[in-house]
Amino acid sequence: MAKVKTAFLLAGGCAGCEMSVVDLSEKLVDALEALEIVFWAPTVADVKYKDLEEMPDGSIDLAFVDGMIRNSENLHTVKVLRAKSKILVAFGACASLGGIAAMGDLHTKEELFKQAYKDSFSTDNPDGVYPTPEYLLDGKYNLTIPTFLDHCSTLAQVVDVDYFVGGCPPHPNFVGTLVGAILAGNLPEKGSWLTGGKAVCDVCKRNPAITGHQRLPVTDIKRTVDGQPDPEACLLQQGYMCFGPITQGDCGGSCLNVNIPCRGCGGPIPGIQDYGARAVSAIASSLADEATTAKFMEKFNNMAKLFYRYSHTASKFNHRVSELKEKEA
Amino acid sequence: MSAPSELPNIVGFACQWCTYAGADLAGNLRAKYPPSIKLIKVPCSGRVEPEYILEALANGADGVLVGGCHFGDCHYKEGNYKTANRMMILKKLIEDSGFDSRRFRLEWISGAEGYKFAEVVKEFTEELQAIGPNPLKKGGN
Repeated sequence: MAKVKTAFLLAGGCAGCEMSVVDLSEKLVDALEALEIVFWAPTVADVKYKDLEEMPDGSIDLAFVDGMIRNSENLHTVKVLRAKSKILVAFGACASLGGIAAMGDLHTKEELFKQAYKDSFSTDNPDGVYPTPEYLLDGKYNLTIPTFLDHCSTLAQVVDVDYFVGGCPPHPNFVGTLVGAILAGNLPEKGSWLTGGKAVCDVCKRNPAITGHQRLPVTDIKRTVDGQPDPEACLLQQGYMCFGPITQGDCGGSCLNVNIPCRGCGGPIPGIQDYGARAVSAIASSLADEATTAKFMEKFNNMAKLFYRYSHTASKFNHRVSELKEKEA
Repeated sequence: MSAPSELPNIVGFACQWCTYAGADLAGNLRAKYPPSIKLIKVPCSGRVEPEYILEALANGADGVLVGGCHFGDCHYKEGNYKTANRMMILKKLIEDSGFDSRRFRLEWISGAEGYKFAEVVKEFTEELQAIGPNPLKKGGN
Protein backbone atom coordinates (compact mmCIF):
# COMPACT_ATOMS: atom_id res chain seq x y z
CA MET A 1 0.00 0.00 0.00
CA ALA A 2 1.22 3.49 -0.82
CA LYS A 3 2.49 5.43 2.14
CA VAL A 4 0.48 8.37 3.46
CA LYS A 5 2.29 11.52 2.42
CA THR A 6 2.37 13.65 5.53
CA ALA A 7 3.40 17.23 6.26
CA PHE A 8 3.82 19.27 9.42
CA LEU A 9 3.98 23.04 9.46
CA LEU A 10 4.75 25.21 12.44
CA ALA A 11 2.91 28.53 12.09
CA GLY A 12 2.83 31.01 14.98
CA GLY A 13 3.28 28.45 17.72
CA CYS A 14 5.94 27.27 20.13
CA ALA A 15 6.61 23.83 18.54
CA GLY A 16 5.21 22.13 21.64
CA CYS A 17 2.67 20.27 19.49
CA GLU A 18 5.54 18.88 17.43
CA MET A 19 7.37 17.88 20.59
CA SER A 20 4.28 15.93 21.45
CA VAL A 21 4.48 14.06 18.13
CA VAL A 22 8.19 13.43 18.58
CA ASP A 23 7.34 12.08 22.04
CA LEU A 24 5.83 9.09 20.27
CA SER A 25 9.52 8.05 19.91
CA GLU A 26 9.69 4.38 18.83
CA LYS A 27 6.05 4.44 17.84
CA LEU A 28 6.84 7.25 15.43
CA VAL A 29 9.60 5.15 13.89
CA ASP A 30 7.13 2.27 13.48
CA ALA A 31 4.57 4.65 12.02
CA LEU A 32 7.04 5.55 9.28
CA GLU A 33 6.13 2.18 7.76
CA ALA A 34 2.84 3.78 6.81
CA LEU A 35 3.90 7.42 6.66
CA GLU A 36 6.15 9.34 4.38
CA ILE A 37 7.15 12.70 5.79
CA VAL A 38 7.34 14.97 2.76
CA PHE A 39 7.52 18.25 4.63
CA TRP A 40 8.18 19.17 8.25
CA ALA A 41 9.33 22.74 8.61
CA PRO A 42 10.81 24.80 10.00
CA THR A 43 11.54 22.41 12.87
CA VAL A 44 12.40 18.84 11.88
CA ALA A 45 13.09 18.03 8.23
CA ASP A 46 15.59 19.77 6.00
CA VAL A 47 13.12 21.20 3.51
CA LYS A 48 12.54 24.76 2.41
CA TYR A 49 9.30 26.63 1.80
CA LYS A 50 10.40 26.79 -1.84
CA ASP A 51 10.26 22.96 -1.98
CA LEU A 52 6.68 23.07 -0.70
CA GLU A 53 5.73 25.70 -3.27
CA GLU A 54 7.08 23.46 -6.05
CA MET A 55 5.01 20.42 -5.05
CA PRO A 56 1.96 19.73 -7.24
CA ASP A 57 -1.41 20.81 -5.81
CA GLY A 58 -3.14 18.12 -3.76
CA SER A 59 -0.02 15.96 -3.60
CA ILE A 60 0.10 15.78 0.22
CA ASP A 61 -2.36 13.36 1.78
CA LEU A 62 -2.36 14.68 5.33
CA ALA A 63 -1.04 18.00 6.60
CA PHE A 64 -0.90 19.23 10.17
CA VAL A 65 -0.57 22.88 11.12
CA ASP A 66 0.30 23.89 14.65
CA GLY A 67 0.33 27.51 15.77
CA MET A 68 -1.94 30.44 14.98
CA ILE A 69 -1.62 32.96 12.13
CA ARG A 70 0.47 35.73 13.64
CA ASN A 71 2.57 37.14 10.79
CA SER A 72 2.68 37.36 7.01
CA GLU A 73 4.88 34.25 6.78
CA ASN A 74 2.29 32.12 8.64
CA LEU A 75 -0.44 33.45 6.39
CA HIS A 76 1.48 32.69 3.21
CA THR A 77 2.71 29.23 4.14
CA VAL A 78 -0.65 27.91 5.37
CA LYS A 79 -2.27 29.07 2.13
CA VAL A 80 0.39 27.24 0.13
CA LEU A 81 0.07 24.14 2.31
CA ARG A 82 -3.73 24.20 1.94
CA ALA A 83 -3.41 24.10 -1.84
CA LYS A 84 -0.94 21.21 -1.71
CA SER A 85 -2.89 19.08 0.77
CA LYS A 86 -5.90 16.80 0.53
CA ILE A 87 -6.55 16.94 4.27
CA LEU A 88 -5.56 19.86 6.47
CA VAL A 89 -5.68 19.49 10.24
CA ALA A 90 -5.59 22.33 12.75
CA PHE A 91 -3.40 20.58 15.29
CA GLY A 92 -3.55 21.88 18.82
CA ALA A 93 -5.07 24.81 20.66
CA CYS A 94 -3.28 27.59 18.74
CA ALA A 95 -4.22 26.42 15.26
CA SER A 96 -7.80 25.59 16.16
CA LEU A 97 -8.63 28.25 18.79
CA GLY A 98 -5.88 30.86 18.90
CA GLY A 99 -3.96 29.59 21.91
CA ILE A 100 -2.07 31.46 24.59
CA ALA A 101 -0.37 33.97 22.30
CA ALA A 102 -3.75 35.04 20.91
CA MET A 103 -4.33 36.91 24.15
CA GLY A 104 -1.92 39.41 22.62
CA ASP A 105 -4.97 40.59 20.70
CA LEU A 106 -6.16 42.22 23.89
CA HIS A 107 -3.31 44.68 23.44
CA THR A 108 -2.25 46.95 20.60
CA LYS A 109 0.76 46.18 18.44
CA GLU A 110 2.56 49.11 20.06
CA GLU A 111 1.97 47.71 23.56
CA LEU A 112 3.23 44.28 22.51
CA PHE A 113 6.35 45.64 20.85
CA LYS A 114 7.08 47.93 23.76
CA GLN A 115 6.84 45.03 26.20
CA ALA A 116 8.86 42.63 24.05
CA TYR A 117 11.59 44.96 22.78
CA LYS A 118 11.86 47.66 25.46
CA ASP A 119 10.29 46.97 28.84
CA SER A 120 10.90 43.29 29.61
CA PHE A 121 13.67 42.97 32.21
CA SER A 122 15.85 40.73 30.05
CA THR A 123 15.88 43.17 27.13
CA ASP A 124 18.96 45.22 26.41
CA ASN A 125 17.88 47.74 23.80
CA PRO A 126 19.19 51.22 24.73
CA ASP A 127 18.41 52.71 21.31
CA GLY A 128 14.82 51.44 21.43
CA VAL A 129 15.10 49.67 18.06
CA TYR A 130 12.03 47.80 16.87
CA PRO A 131 12.17 45.07 14.23
CA THR A 132 11.13 46.34 10.81
CA PRO A 133 9.97 44.20 7.88
CA GLU A 134 12.86 45.54 5.78
CA TYR A 135 16.38 46.49 6.78
CA LEU A 136 19.37 47.53 4.77
CA LEU A 137 22.46 46.00 6.36
CA ASP A 138 25.83 47.68 5.79
CA GLY A 139 24.19 49.76 3.11
CA LYS A 140 24.03 46.89 0.63
CA TYR A 141 22.22 43.81 2.01
CA ASN A 142 18.47 44.23 1.88
CA LEU A 143 17.09 41.96 4.61
CA THR A 144 13.40 41.22 4.98
CA ILE A 145 11.50 39.51 7.78
CA PRO A 146 7.79 38.67 7.94
CA THR A 147 5.38 41.45 8.85
CA PHE A 148 3.62 41.27 12.21
CA LEU A 149 -0.10 41.25 11.40
CA ASP A 150 -2.57 43.56 13.15
CA HIS A 151 -4.30 40.66 14.85
CA CYS A 152 -4.15 36.88 15.21
CA SER A 153 -6.31 34.41 13.33
CA THR A 154 -7.01 30.76 13.79
CA LEU A 155 -6.26 28.45 10.88
CA ALA A 156 -9.95 28.18 9.97
CA GLN A 157 -10.27 31.97 9.79
CA VAL A 158 -7.85 32.10 6.85
CA VAL A 159 -8.15 28.74 5.04
CA ASP A 160 -10.51 25.79 4.77
CA VAL A 161 -9.80 23.29 7.56
CA ASP A 162 -10.77 19.60 7.49
CA TYR A 163 -10.28 18.59 11.11
CA PHE A 164 -9.61 20.22 14.44
CA VAL A 165 -7.61 18.84 17.32
CA GLY A 166 -7.52 20.56 20.69
CA GLY A 167 -4.95 20.42 23.43
CA CYS A 168 -1.86 22.34 24.42
CA PRO A 169 -0.18 20.16 23.32
CA PRO A 170 -2.58 17.64 21.76
CA HIS A 171 -2.16 13.97 22.45
CA PRO A 172 -0.02 12.45 19.68
CA ASN A 173 -2.47 9.55 19.35
CA PHE A 174 -4.58 11.81 17.12
CA VAL A 175 -1.89 11.56 14.45
CA GLY A 176 -2.14 7.75 14.57
CA THR A 177 -5.94 7.92 14.55
CA LEU A 178 -6.00 10.00 11.38
CA VAL A 179 -3.39 7.93 9.57
CA GLY A 180 -5.36 4.80 10.46
CA ALA A 181 -8.58 6.40 9.25
CA ILE A 182 -7.01 7.39 5.93
CA LEU A 183 -5.58 3.92 5.38
CA ALA A 184 -8.95 2.37 6.22
CA GLY A 185 -10.76 4.95 4.07
CA ASN A 186 -12.98 5.75 7.03
CA LEU A 187 -12.55 9.47 7.66
CA PRO A 188 -14.76 11.42 10.06
CA GLU A 189 -17.01 14.15 8.71
CA LYS A 190 -15.17 17.17 7.36
CA GLY A 191 -14.99 20.13 9.72
CA SER A 192 -15.32 18.03 12.85
CA TRP A 193 -13.19 17.97 15.95
CA LEU A 194 -11.29 14.79 16.61
CA THR A 195 -12.45 14.05 20.09
CA GLY A 196 -14.02 11.38 22.20
CA GLY A 197 -16.77 13.94 22.83
CA LYS A 198 -16.54 13.64 26.61
CA ALA A 199 -15.93 16.54 28.95
CA VAL A 200 -12.96 16.68 31.30
CA CYS A 201 -15.38 16.13 34.20
CA ASP A 202 -16.47 12.92 32.55
CA VAL A 203 -12.96 11.48 32.78
CA CYS A 204 -12.00 13.17 36.06
CA LYS A 205 -11.83 10.88 39.06
CA ARG A 206 -12.77 13.76 41.37
CA ASN A 207 -16.22 14.13 39.79
CA PRO A 208 -18.77 14.22 42.65
CA ALA A 209 -20.93 11.86 40.61
CA ILE A 210 -18.15 9.27 40.83
CA THR A 211 -17.01 9.97 44.38
CA GLY A 212 -20.64 9.84 45.55
CA HIS A 213 -20.79 13.41 46.85
CA GLN A 214 -23.55 15.90 46.32
CA ARG A 215 -22.72 18.87 44.11
CA LEU A 216 -23.26 22.04 46.13
CA PRO A 217 -23.12 25.74 45.20
CA VAL A 218 -19.58 27.07 45.37
CA THR A 219 -19.12 29.55 48.21
CA ASP A 220 -15.36 30.02 48.25
CA ILE A 221 -13.05 31.42 45.59
CA LYS A 222 -9.43 30.35 45.45
CA ARG A 223 -6.61 30.80 42.99
CA THR A 224 -4.13 27.98 42.49
CA VAL A 225 -1.65 29.79 44.75
CA ASP A 226 -4.11 29.71 47.66
CA GLY A 227 -3.30 26.66 49.74
CA GLN A 228 -3.14 23.05 48.74
CA PRO A 229 -6.30 21.56 47.23
CA ASP A 230 -7.69 18.26 48.48
CA PRO A 231 -6.42 15.79 45.84
CA GLU A 232 -9.58 13.66 46.00
CA ALA A 233 -12.35 16.27 45.88
CA CYS A 234 -13.72 18.26 42.93
CA LEU A 235 -11.62 21.40 42.46
CA LEU A 236 -14.56 23.57 41.45
CA GLN A 237 -16.36 22.48 44.57
CA GLN A 238 -13.34 23.56 46.62
CA GLY A 239 -13.39 26.98 44.98
CA TYR A 240 -10.64 26.48 42.42
CA MET A 241 -12.17 27.68 39.17
CA CYS A 242 -12.01 24.69 36.83
CA PHE A 243 -13.29 24.64 33.23
CA GLY A 244 -13.66 20.86 33.16
CA PRO A 245 -17.44 20.94 32.57
CA ILE A 246 -17.11 22.44 29.08
CA THR A 247 -13.70 21.23 27.90
CA GLN A 248 -12.96 18.16 25.80
CA GLY A 249 -11.58 15.44 28.02
CA ASP A 250 -9.29 13.66 25.57
CA CYS A 251 -6.42 14.57 27.91
CA GLY A 252 -7.79 12.15 30.50
CA GLY A 253 -7.90 15.01 32.99
CA SER A 254 -4.13 15.13 33.22
CA CYS A 255 -3.99 18.56 34.91
CA LEU A 256 -6.60 17.46 37.45
CA ASN A 257 -4.44 14.45 38.24
CA VAL A 258 -1.73 16.83 39.46
CA ASN A 259 -4.04 19.15 41.41
CA ILE A 260 -4.27 21.87 38.74
CA PRO A 261 -7.68 23.12 37.57
CA CYS A 262 -8.59 22.83 33.87
CA ARG A 263 -8.06 26.00 31.82
CA GLY A 264 -9.65 24.74 28.65
CA CYS A 265 -6.78 23.92 26.28
CA GLY A 266 -8.69 20.91 24.96
CA GLY A 267 -11.24 23.14 23.28
CA PRO A 268 -15.02 23.23 23.62
CA ILE A 269 -17.08 20.07 23.92
CA PRO A 270 -19.41 19.52 20.94
CA GLY A 271 -22.24 22.03 20.64
CA ILE A 272 -20.37 25.08 21.89
CA GLN A 273 -19.63 27.95 19.52
CA ASP A 274 -17.94 30.37 21.87
CA TYR A 275 -15.82 28.72 24.54
CA GLY A 276 -15.36 31.68 26.86
CA ALA A 277 -19.01 32.69 26.90
CA ARG A 278 -20.06 29.15 27.74
CA ALA A 279 -17.39 29.00 30.41
CA VAL A 280 -18.90 32.13 31.96
CA SER A 281 -22.23 30.36 31.94
CA ALA A 282 -20.89 27.20 33.55
CA ILE A 283 -18.79 28.89 36.21
CA ALA A 284 -21.34 31.57 37.10
CA SER A 285 -24.15 29.10 37.61
CA SER A 286 -22.07 27.05 40.03
CA LEU A 287 -21.35 30.09 42.23
CA ALA A 288 -23.64 30.36 45.23
CA ASP A 289 -24.69 33.99 45.13
CA GLU A 290 -23.86 37.49 43.94
CA ALA A 291 -21.42 38.04 46.79
CA THR A 292 -19.39 34.99 45.70
CA THR A 293 -19.53 36.23 42.10
CA ALA A 294 -18.23 39.63 43.20
CA LYS A 295 -15.42 37.92 45.09
CA PHE A 296 -14.61 35.86 42.01
CA MET A 297 -14.36 38.96 39.84
CA GLU A 298 -12.13 40.61 42.39
CA LYS A 299 -9.75 37.63 42.67
CA PHE A 300 -9.45 37.07 38.93
CA ASN A 301 -8.96 40.56 37.63
CA ASN A 302 -9.20 40.02 33.88
CA MET A 303 -12.22 38.00 32.77
CA ALA A 304 -11.24 37.98 29.08
CA LYS A 305 -7.83 36.46 29.80
CA LEU A 306 -9.26 33.92 32.21
CA PHE A 307 -12.17 32.61 30.16
CA TYR A 308 -10.49 32.88 26.77
CA ARG A 309 -7.07 31.65 27.81
CA TYR A 310 -6.79 29.28 24.85
CA SER A 311 -9.66 30.36 22.64
CA HIS A 312 -9.60 34.14 22.30
CA THR A 313 -9.34 34.28 18.52
CA ALA A 314 -11.88 31.55 17.82
CA SER A 315 -14.61 33.70 19.37
CA LYS A 316 -16.31 35.68 16.61
CA PHE A 317 -16.90 38.58 18.99
CA ASN A 318 -13.25 38.78 20.08
CA HIS A 319 -12.01 38.42 16.53
CA ARG A 320 -14.18 41.30 15.34
CA VAL A 321 -13.14 43.48 18.28
CA SER A 322 -9.46 42.76 17.63
CA GLU A 323 -9.86 43.61 13.94
CA LEU A 324 -10.82 47.10 15.08
CA LYS A 325 -8.16 47.68 17.72
CA GLU A 326 -5.38 48.88 15.42
CA LYS A 327 -7.74 51.28 13.66
CA GLU A 328 -8.67 52.85 16.97
CA ALA A 329 -5.14 52.88 18.40
CA MET B 1 -37.30 61.69 18.65
CA SER B 2 -34.70 61.19 15.95
CA ALA B 3 -35.31 59.84 12.45
CA PRO B 4 -35.86 56.05 12.30
CA SER B 5 -32.61 55.57 10.39
CA GLU B 6 -30.69 56.80 13.41
CA LEU B 7 -32.51 54.48 15.76
CA PRO B 8 -30.24 51.97 17.38
CA ASN B 9 -30.92 48.31 16.82
CA ILE B 10 -31.53 46.61 20.16
CA VAL B 11 -31.86 42.86 20.56
CA GLY B 12 -33.98 42.05 23.58
CA PHE B 13 -34.19 38.70 25.31
CA ALA B 14 -37.31 38.67 27.43
CA CYS B 15 -38.40 36.04 29.91
CA GLN B 16 -41.89 34.88 28.95
CA TRP B 17 -43.25 35.10 32.50
CA CYS B 18 -42.19 38.60 33.42
CA THR B 19 -40.49 40.92 30.96
CA TYR B 20 -42.37 39.67 27.90
CA ALA B 21 -45.62 40.07 29.79
CA GLY B 22 -44.39 43.50 30.86
CA ALA B 23 -43.84 44.40 27.20
CA ASP B 24 -47.36 43.20 26.42
CA LEU B 25 -48.72 45.36 29.19
CA ALA B 26 -46.77 48.35 27.88
CA GLY B 27 -48.74 47.91 24.65
CA ASN B 28 -52.07 47.62 26.46
CA LEU B 29 -51.26 50.70 28.50
CA ARG B 30 -50.40 52.58 25.29
CA ALA B 31 -47.05 53.40 26.86
CA LYS B 32 -44.82 55.12 24.32
CA TYR B 33 -41.31 53.89 23.61
CA PRO B 34 -39.08 54.00 20.50
CA PRO B 35 -39.42 51.10 18.02
CA SER B 36 -35.76 50.21 18.48
CA ILE B 37 -36.07 46.86 20.24
CA LYS B 38 -36.54 43.44 18.67
CA LEU B 39 -37.84 41.20 21.42
CA ILE B 40 -37.09 37.50 21.55
CA LYS B 41 -39.23 35.50 23.93
CA VAL B 42 -37.29 32.98 26.01
CA PRO B 43 -38.64 30.59 28.66
CA CYS B 44 -36.48 32.15 31.36
CA SER B 45 -33.70 34.75 31.56
CA GLY B 46 -31.59 31.81 32.78
CA ARG B 47 -31.97 30.35 29.28
CA VAL B 48 -30.07 33.26 27.73
CA GLU B 49 -26.60 31.98 26.99
CA PRO B 50 -23.83 34.58 27.15
CA GLU B 51 -23.00 33.22 23.68
CA TYR B 52 -26.22 34.74 22.28
CA ILE B 53 -25.31 38.15 23.60
CA LEU B 54 -21.78 38.10 22.18
CA GLU B 55 -23.14 36.77 18.87
CA ALA B 56 -25.64 39.65 18.67
CA LEU B 57 -22.94 42.23 19.42
CA ALA B 58 -20.48 40.61 16.99
CA ASN B 59 -23.12 40.80 14.28
CA GLY B 60 -23.61 44.51 14.83
CA ALA B 61 -26.50 44.88 17.29
CA ASP B 62 -26.14 48.32 18.88
CA GLY B 63 -27.37 47.03 22.19
CA VAL B 64 -28.56 43.88 23.90
CA LEU B 65 -31.15 43.92 26.67
CA VAL B 66 -31.83 40.90 28.84
CA GLY B 67 -35.00 41.09 30.89
CA GLY B 68 -35.95 38.72 33.68
CA CYS B 69 -38.15 38.45 36.77
CA HIS B 70 -37.34 40.15 40.05
CA PHE B 71 -35.57 37.98 42.63
CA GLY B 72 -38.01 35.61 44.27
CA ASP B 73 -40.39 35.79 41.29
CA CYS B 74 -38.69 33.30 38.97
CA HIS B 75 -41.13 30.76 37.61
CA TYR B 76 -38.34 28.20 37.85
CA LYS B 77 -37.33 29.36 41.33
CA GLU B 78 -33.67 30.21 40.72
CA GLY B 79 -33.18 30.88 37.00
CA ASN B 80 -32.79 34.62 37.49
CA TYR B 81 -30.23 34.18 40.27
CA LYS B 82 -28.05 32.27 37.82
CA THR B 83 -28.69 34.98 35.22
CA ALA B 84 -27.56 37.63 37.68
CA ASN B 85 -24.24 35.83 38.29
CA ARG B 86 -23.66 35.18 34.59
CA MET B 87 -24.48 38.64 33.38
CA MET B 88 -22.37 40.29 36.06
CA ILE B 89 -19.35 38.31 34.84
CA LEU B 90 -20.28 38.74 31.19
CA LYS B 91 -20.45 42.53 31.53
CA LYS B 92 -16.90 42.58 32.90
CA LEU B 93 -15.79 40.12 30.21
CA ILE B 94 -17.13 42.40 27.47
CA GLU B 95 -15.32 45.34 29.01
CA ASP B 96 -12.08 43.38 29.44
CA SER B 97 -12.33 42.27 25.81
CA GLY B 98 -12.00 45.92 24.80
CA PHE B 99 -15.64 46.61 23.98
CA ASP B 100 -18.09 49.17 25.40
CA SER B 101 -20.07 47.20 27.98
CA ARG B 102 -22.78 49.88 28.12
CA ARG B 103 -24.17 48.17 25.03
CA PHE B 104 -25.30 45.32 27.21
CA ARG B 105 -27.91 45.72 29.88
CA LEU B 106 -29.71 43.45 32.34
CA GLU B 107 -33.03 44.58 33.82
CA TRP B 108 -35.59 42.97 36.09
CA ILE B 109 -39.04 43.85 34.77
CA SER B 110 -42.14 42.10 36.08
CA GLY B 111 -45.37 41.43 34.22
CA ALA B 112 -46.96 44.36 36.04
CA GLU B 113 -44.30 46.86 35.07
CA GLY B 114 -45.42 47.91 31.60
CA TYR B 115 -44.38 51.50 32.15
CA LYS B 116 -41.00 50.40 33.46
CA PHE B 117 -40.44 48.36 30.27
CA ALA B 118 -41.22 51.39 28.13
CA GLU B 119 -38.99 53.58 30.30
CA VAL B 120 -36.05 51.12 30.13
CA VAL B 121 -36.25 50.83 26.35
CA LYS B 122 -36.50 54.61 25.97
CA GLU B 123 -33.57 55.25 28.25
CA PHE B 124 -31.41 52.50 26.69
CA THR B 125 -32.22 53.82 23.21
CA GLU B 126 -31.17 57.33 24.19
CA GLU B 127 -27.97 56.06 25.78
CA LEU B 128 -27.10 54.07 22.65
CA GLN B 129 -27.85 57.08 20.45
CA ALA B 130 -25.35 59.03 22.51
CA ILE B 131 -22.72 56.28 22.18
CA GLY B 132 -23.28 55.91 18.43
CA PRO B 133 -23.52 52.82 16.25
CA ASN B 134 -21.80 49.54 17.09
CA PRO B 135 -18.30 49.70 15.56
CA LEU B 136 -18.49 45.97 14.75
CA LYS B 137 -21.32 46.58 12.30
CA LYS B 138 -20.34 45.67 8.77
CA GLY B 139 -22.60 47.36 6.20
CA GLY B 140 -26.30 46.66 5.73
CA ASN B 141 -28.13 45.08 8.60
